[in-house]
Amino acid sequence: MTLGLINANPVVHAKKERVARAEDSHADNAVDPLDVFDSVRDIRDPEHPYSLEQLSVLSEESITVDEKLGCIQITFTPTVQYCSMATVIGLCLRVKLMQCFPPHCKVDINVTPGSHADEESGEDRTCPTSETILVDSLGAYRASSTG
Amino acid sequence: MDKKPSSWISHIEAFVDSSRPPKQQAANVDAIAALVKNDLLTLEALVRDMELYLTTSDHSIRARGILLLAEILNCLMSKPLDGASISSLVEFFTSKLADWQVLRGALIGCLALLRRKKNVGMVKSSEARAVAESYLMNVQVQSLAVHDRKLCFEVLQCLLEVYPEAVEMLGDDLVYGICEAIDEEKDPRCLMLTFHLVEILARVFPDSSGSVASFAGDLFDILSRYFPIYFTHPRSDDLDITREELSMALMHAFCSTPFFEPFAIPLLLEKLSSSLPLAKLDSLKYLNNCIQHYGTDRMIKHAKAIWSNLKDVILNHSPHKTLFSTSELAGNMESEENQIAKEALICLQTAILHLDSLEKNPILSFIVEDEDIEMKFGLVSNEGTGTGISIESRRQLSAVGNILSVSSKASMSGCTRVFQKFFPRLMNILEISASSSSNGCNTNNGTSSLNFGALYLCIQLLASFRELILTSQDFSPQVITVQDGWWCMLQHFSGPLAHALGSALMGARSSELVNNNTGHEHAIYEVKGLQVLATFPGCYLPTSEDVYEYILVIFMSIATERFEDAFLWKLSVKALIEIGSFIEKYHDSYRGISFNRIVVERIVSLFQQDDSTMPLALKLDAISEIGTIGVDYMSRVIKLLEEAILSKFLAVCVEGRLEAAEILVPLLECYSNRVLLWCYTSGNFDEVAMQFALCIWNQMESITIFDKDAKIQDLFDRMMTTMKLLVGGCAEENQSLIVRKAYSVLLSTSFLSEESLPFSSSKLEGLQVTPDFVNLSWRDEWIVSLFASVVIALLPQTPLPDVKLLLNVLTTFLLKGHLPAAQALASMVNKWHVNIDKSEVPNAYTLDEAIEMILERSLLSVQSSSNLGKSDLLNKDERMLSCLCLLNNNSSFQSNAVVGLAWIGKGLLMRGHEKVKEIAMLLLQYLLSNPYKELHSDASGSGDSLDVHTSLATSAADAFHVILSDSEVCLNKNFHAMIRPLYKQRFFSSMMPVLLSSIKQSCSSSMRVALYRAFAHVISDAPLAAVVAEAKKILPSLMDSLAMLSEDVLNKDLIYSLLLVLSGILMDDNGKEAIIENINTVISDLIRLIFYPHMMLVRETAIQCLVAMSALPHARIYPMRPQVLRAVSKALDDRKRVVRQEAVRCRQAWVSMA
Repeated sequence: MTLGLINANPVVHAKKERVARAEDSHADNAVDPLDVFDSVRDIRDPEHPYSLEQLSVLSEESITVDEKLGCIQITFTPTVQYCSMATVIGLCLRVKLMQCFPPHCKVDINVTPGSHADEESGEDRTCPTSETILVDSLGAYRASSTG
Repeated sequence: MDKKPSSWISHIEAFVDSSRPPKQQAANVDAIAALVKNDLLTLEALVRDMELYLTTSDHSIRARGILLLAEILNCLMSKPLDGASISSLVEFFTSKLADWQVLRGALIGCLALLRRKKNVGMVKSSEARAVAESYLMNVQVQSLAVHDRKLCFEVLQCLLEVYPEAVEMLGDDLVYGICEAIDEEKDPRCLMLTFHLVEILARVFPDSSGSVASFAGDLFDILSRYFPIYFTHPRSDDLDITREELSMALMHAFCSTPFFEPFAIPLLLEKLSSSLPLAKLDSLKYLNNCIQHYGTDRMIKHAKAIWSNLKDVILNHSPHKTLFSTSELAGNMESEENQIAKEALICLQTAILHLDSLEKNPILSFIVEDEDIEMKFGLVSNEGTGTGISIESRRQLSAVGNILSVSSKASMSGCTRVFQKFFPRLMNILEISASSSSNGCNTNNGTSSLNFGALYLCIQLLASFRELILTSQDFSPQVITVQDGWWCMLQHFSGPLAHALGSALMGARSSELVNNNTGHEHAIYEVKGLQVLATFPGCYLPTSEDVYEYILVIFMSIATERFEDAFLWKLSVKALIEIGSFIEKYHDSYRGISFNRIVVERIVSLFQQDDSTMPLALKLDAISEIGTIGVDYMSRVIKLLEEAILSKFLAVCVEGRLEAAEILVPLLECYSNRVLLWCYTSGNFDEVAMQFALCIWNQMESITIFDKDAKIQDLFDRMMTTMKLLVGGCAEENQSLIVRKAYSVLLSTSFLSEESLPFSSSKLEGLQVTPDFVNLSWRDEWIVSLFASVVIALLPQTPLPDVKLLLNVLTTFLLKGHLPAAQALASMVNKWHVNIDKSEVPNAYTLDEAIEMILERSLLSVQSSSNLGKSDLLNKDERMLSCLCLLNNNSSFQSNAVVGLAWIGKGLLMRGHEKVKEIAMLLLQYLLSNPYKELHSDASGSGDSLDVHTSLATSAADAFHVILSDSEVCLNKNFHAMIRPLYKQRFFSSMMPVLLSSIKQSCSSSMRVALYRAFAHVISDAPLAAVVAEAKKILPSLMDSLAMLSEDVLNKDLIYSLLLVLSGILMDDNGKEAIIENINTVISDLIRLIFYPHMMLVRETAIQCLVAMSALPHARIYPMRPQVLRAVSKALDDRKRVVRQEAVRCRQAWVSMA
């Protein structure tokens, strides 16, 4: 493993304000990008004590939802080009979405074109160490969201 | 001494044995103390018998013995003792202070003796000094445990508070001893005491040559280590001390003596610049107190330092949002930042007030001459008009504004100096030139708005100046003439300023106001400025009369023409009300006249005209607001509204113009919601309400025609509510006036008039009128309804005329399905007088007779309509029988009768009358009767008989809801119902066994549905605590009823309330046990409800219940896990977002459980 952090000084952005949705008591609420974003924005970055939203890895705009096909597509941007954590972030996202959305939803997770040196490898590649990090990150998220 | 000595000796032995549990030892102490208290044992004898324990060389036994004696003395605080025994005891304990093994007992003993009051014999002053000396010589406080240290401090505190002159002689020794004792103390409980010790110590040695003065440095050194208090104990701790309390105690210690000044002020000023908000806040509070306590002479030399530190804090911590001052932002203003700014301003005000010597106020001079302020002033007062005021400059603006307003608020001289320096410059920026003529304002820039920064500062100054005049007690004009220079200036400028503000306000386009906040801000301050100018008290009014009128005219023109801009409209109406209230408060009759002429008359005439340009709601708003100014105004408004209401009423009900109903409804609403409410709080409700109620009844006499119409129904509901409010608020004698009037109108109804046979009073006796015999006109129904609402709202003691007739009429209407009549009957039986003297009123009914009569009528009349006539039904069984007979015919009166019974039952239940059981049994009978059996036996039974039965059973089940739920319409506190405490619980516990056993015995499914429905109503309307207590018994039926009732869409609300009961059971410990016993059914039922299609709340609550269940014992719920997870993951696909989110939570909870 590498010694030290990959991106030691990330740029931290402000959290966006959470909007309480005005619920229409009669209409149905379809799944929309904000729903997806709300479920993943608090995932903690594997390296830093900040959320993916704060590091601007994700935004509401980078998520598309096709309700008819049951398809969610997330494009995320690693903070640096040589981010070895991209796979971990991808896995975090996948597991989180699997927990929050029905099993028939297809989830596509990509990196923003040009934002990563190793774009082909995608998020399916895992290594044993990253699994432990994954468990940590999600665990931290869970603790913060339930506690 | 007759008592056997051994009995208390055994107590001593038990206490000395330290292996016994503490509770038992305390009991021993109490037992002996009780003996001494009741003189069964003298203290002398006790001590003599305990001698061995008190003097033995075994340390532990000696310690226990002395402790016992001390505890006993502690219990005898209020028992008189003679001086000799007190002296010897004190001497004993004083000497024991030297014996460290028995120190605790010695301390408790000393404390118990020192705390004695004079009337029961107290310690002599010389003895107290001996205690103190021995204490100082022998006790090493720092080396003791917490509990003992606390006792030590208590002894010291007691000595200082009760025997100050005795311990004062010890001088330096005492102060030094205390310093040593409190040094390095860490326990919060002890700290509270030590802080207090320093405070009283300073009181004992007030002299500048005293011991405290010479030890001030050391003492403060010990104290200053705690500042600022850093205390992070969890709140749930048993210490029961908060940071605030500690901080307050330390503050009092800080301020206790002026000798601390050379040490404290530099420390506080240093901490003021700390980056910790808490330290800042504390320093400000302490500084504020110190300035007040240390005295001007000592503080004046710090003035410059204080000012410059405060300035920094205020400039850096002023909130930028206060400029909005709109209501939605005011709620969350209590952030730390704002508190700092607030405290700093308070501190500044104290400094200005207290640091004032030789006619020269250093702080004020600093403020006026300060370069920073000067610079910021120049900067912010030129801050532009547009939208682009940055947050930083907002902050600066509010800081400068606050500093200026605080310094001008503080004193007349401060006001003068600030005013002279800044006001002309502000006027300059606002381009307002002084002139004596009122028309000399510059309106060259009519459309452009005023410079916001200058506007804000100017209004702040004016407002604080006005406040100063109001608060200064003497309203003599001399104050003004002394400072003639600036007063003239204000007088010169006020006219043009008012015009400038007015024209800016009128010039602002409404689109501008709607679209952005800056427009709103401008408007807020322009309105506020005008309002301030118009509300200077009496002779201080800087504006001339025509400027004052001009201001009123401006506000009025906004109120009458600019109503499409709701924000501005509200602002100016509010300003008008403020001005009006001000006039009312200061009895300014001169200005009151013009206010009346310009404002009140105009609004009144506006209200009277039926022009449609201004919405009615706004007119009503304005006029009811005007009324709140004062009694005179309100009585005028009341008259206006009443006239309007009566004329509209005439239009609708006599002339038949239905469109007027649309106006009448909001009029009535305004009248009952605002005017009556105001009258209620101001105390003249009775008169107003009685007059108006009588007026309505007068009108009712003349009404003629009615068509059934939705509008009319709406109007009529309003009328009834208003009537209830009117009657409900009146006193007894006025109520009886109204009732008599109403009764006379009631007699004029067609069915009661002479020619109509059945009801004429001569034939009333023994006559049973079938409800469908009487055909009612709409007029009659109106009158009866309105009469019913009068009856509903009566006080219990108000007499009713001709009760028999009323009962008869109301019962008849009840059977016709007239709900108000049923409610009125319920109110009557609820408030019925129990002890009526038969000899006085021979015709009167007792309550029992009345109920009998109602019940018989209800059942019998139905019966006679079905030609099964029976003349009398006096015994209970027969009545049951007739009730069963009802099931055979399909008259619509049946369900009406059931609803009526329910209401009457409710009235009886609330007063705790026994008859409610009979009614409940009747209702149950309806539920239990089996239609099939009847069908078989009765060949002629038609097909729809079954339907009738089910609908009847349903209404019988719903009757339980009526009985147990709270009603807004009648039988509540406002309408003077008799309410026995816990009536719901009583009904619940008496009905539950019956219902449960009936459910068990029931055979047909339709009957069971009805029974479950009744059951569901009872448990969801009963108080949750009562239901939870019975959780074990009812849970199986609860789950069954959930399953049964969820088949019908119409039951969705009932399902929801059942789920709420279930979740209540889930939250309770006993309830959890019941749930675990039925875990399989509960989970499978909840899973079914996750997919309940008709109501989102049901799905959401079902999932929440599942979440709560995931915390139940693991072994019991683990088998259900796959089942739950499967169901919840399907719910992730729910149509509603809220349900999906709950499902995620639930899934998380059940997944992570393994």
